[in-house]
Amino acid sequence: MKNGRTIISIRNICKHFGSSVMAVDNANFEIAEGEFFALLGPSGCGKTTLLRMLAGFENPTDGEIVIDGQVMEGVDPDKRPVNMVFQSYAVFPHMSVERNVGYGLRVTGVPADETKRRVKEALELVKMERFAERMPSQLSGGQRQRVALARALVKRPKVLLLDEPLSALDAKLREAMQLELVRLQQSVGITFVIVTHDQDEALSMANRIAVMESGRVRQIAPPAELYEFPNCRFVADFIGKMNLFEGKVAGVSGNQIVVESNGLGRIAVPYSGSAHGAVGIAVRPEKIRLDRTQPAPDRVGLRGRVIELAYYGDESNVFLENETGVTVGVNVANDARKTEAAFSIGDELWLSWNPADTLVLTE
Amino acid sequence: MATDVSIAPPLSIRRARRKPRPTPLEYGRKRWLQIVVAFNFLFLYFPIFSLIAFSFNNSKRNVTWQGFTLDFYNQAFHNQGLQEAFARSIIIALCSTAVSTVIGALLGLALYRYRFPFKGPFEGLLYLPIVIPEICMAMAMRSFFGRLGVPLGLVTITISHIAFSFPFVAVVVRSRMSGFDESLEEASRDLGASPAQTFFNVTPPYMTPGIVAGALLAFTLSLDDFVITFFTSGPGSTTFPVKIYSMVRQSVTPEVNAASTVLIALTLTVTVIAMWIQSRSGGKSIAS
Repeated sequence: MKNGRTIISIRNICKHFGSSVMAVDNANFEIAEGEFFALLGPSGCGKTTLLRMLAGFENPTDGEIVIDGQVMEGVDPDKRPVNMVFQSYAVFPHMSVERNVGYGLRVTGVPADETKRRVKEALELVKMERFAERMPSQLSGGQRQRVALARALVKRPKVLLLDEPLSALDAKLREAMQLELVRLQQSVGITFVIVTHDQDEALSMANRIAVMESGRVRQIAPPAELYEFPNCRFVADFIGKMNLFEGKVAGVSGNQIVVESNGLGRIAVPYSGSAHGAVGIAVRPEKIRLDRTQPAPDRVGLRGRVIELAYYGDESNVFLENETGVTVGVNVANDARKTEAAFSIGDELWLSWNPADTLVLTE
Repeated sequence: MATDVSIAPPLSIRRARRKPRPTPLEYGRKRWLQIVVAFNFLFLYFPIFSLIAFSFNNSKRNVTWQGFTLDFYNQAFHNQGLQEAFARSIIIALCSTAVSTVIGALLGLALYRYRFPFKGPFEGLLYLPIVIPEICMAMAMRSFFGRLGVPLGLVTITISHIAFSFPFVAVVVRSRMSGFDESLEEASRDLGASPAQTFFNVTPPYMTPGIVAGALLAFTLSLDDFVITFFTSGPGSTTFPVKIYSMVRQSVTPEVNAASTVLIALTLTVTVIAMWIQSRSGGKSIAS
């Protein structure tokens, strides 16, 4: 974010398909210049439709898109100051890498010598200069993606749109490309808008994330804020792992509210907003501690019996059930080198967490 | 080196040397299936190979092998009627291929790209020339031209050939397009190309293998067509296959064998080129 100037304004954008399908429902937000912005959500939530409206492949049913101060209505994709990296990469199979990258310059009449120079620069940027003569059929998936990136960046767009760019890569390569995309974005300074269904991808790469659910934008926030302060049950549940309980407000005292939950009993939680009636209370599994002895009274404490264990190498998930049948998941970091588990199924343990780590969700 | 000889190879190597029994799905290695396949090939190809072999036979009658000669090729090449028929066939094939390739390619593209009313029935009708007996089409063509009062000749033959070969081109082009990634066209627009630039830069290069394969198919179909040609030809428009037929009615001479062999060689070459182009492009499209 160089100076915080708005580069994209999305104003009351709606998109209907037919009469019943509401792909995007009144989206309203702005993206600042130089931002790495992620549209995150489950498949079918409208994130790709929104991106395609930015690129100009779909027309909004209602609302207005402004890119770099220019209203985009009636502007064809080839006239927009944006370029896209497609999910399938869409590298032209009948052109060499060099010709693929230069395509966008050739069709717009950029002189041949300038085209040559800019293609070379773009290929260097994505470390593909050695492959300039290759045909796409001779490239791996990761290399084809670099070609697609270079082909879009060579146009020097105001905004680069990326549609699930990493979904076709295997896990190791995906992780490496995540870091590389961030580095690339910082070095070229162009605004990136990425669509993804992978929360790790969004959290690790983006400056800000918009979480979408069935056409609606539910929350827009930086990654840590999204993770620690989700504004609704959907976001809390969609991002990371979450223990979510239903309860109702039983009383307010100062800057604390007391929530009565049928499985957990009464819990006092620091909360500054106004809440009444039914609320959700949530706590992240890594914020919960497991003890064999009763925890300090200033912590929220519960008794539970271990019913399931899942080992992931770096951490283990322990699932406990209390006497009322409520299940709670706890992440335990495996921070010492040993093969025997710290807990086993059937163990009676104390769960406890800091009341400040409890989320109250009104939506 | 006596010690070396006495050392037996490890058990694992000895095992690997023996051919393992065929697994349940390795039909290619089952004896009974190999025999069935051999008989099939014999049944299919023996007549063709004997025809080719006897074109080199040094005997007026096609019965016993008398020795190798190229005389009948020489004779066939100097037979003026055969020569003219061959030239006619080539001209008809080239004309009908050119026209049916253009119509077929555009039709294949339209069928891939657009949805329009009655598309289903239209497609069904399109396949009609492929599935109906040739004799029916021949009769229909002949009575059609008769009713219109068009004199039968090269023009009517060419029109008929176009009519039955363009659906083949359309089918080949359409199946080629089914593997087309539409985001290629979007990418082209996104990179600044106009709709026309996009169409000419992205779509035809992808279609080309289908168009070439379809054209070669149309060419061979036209070149060796007999039934429809026979019904739509008039005086002085005898084509190569029809000429051969009239020669055979008198007697099957090695000259006919020689002429047929030339036709086989020609169609085979064209077909192999078509298949090669298709397989090459097929491999590419999978990789892309």
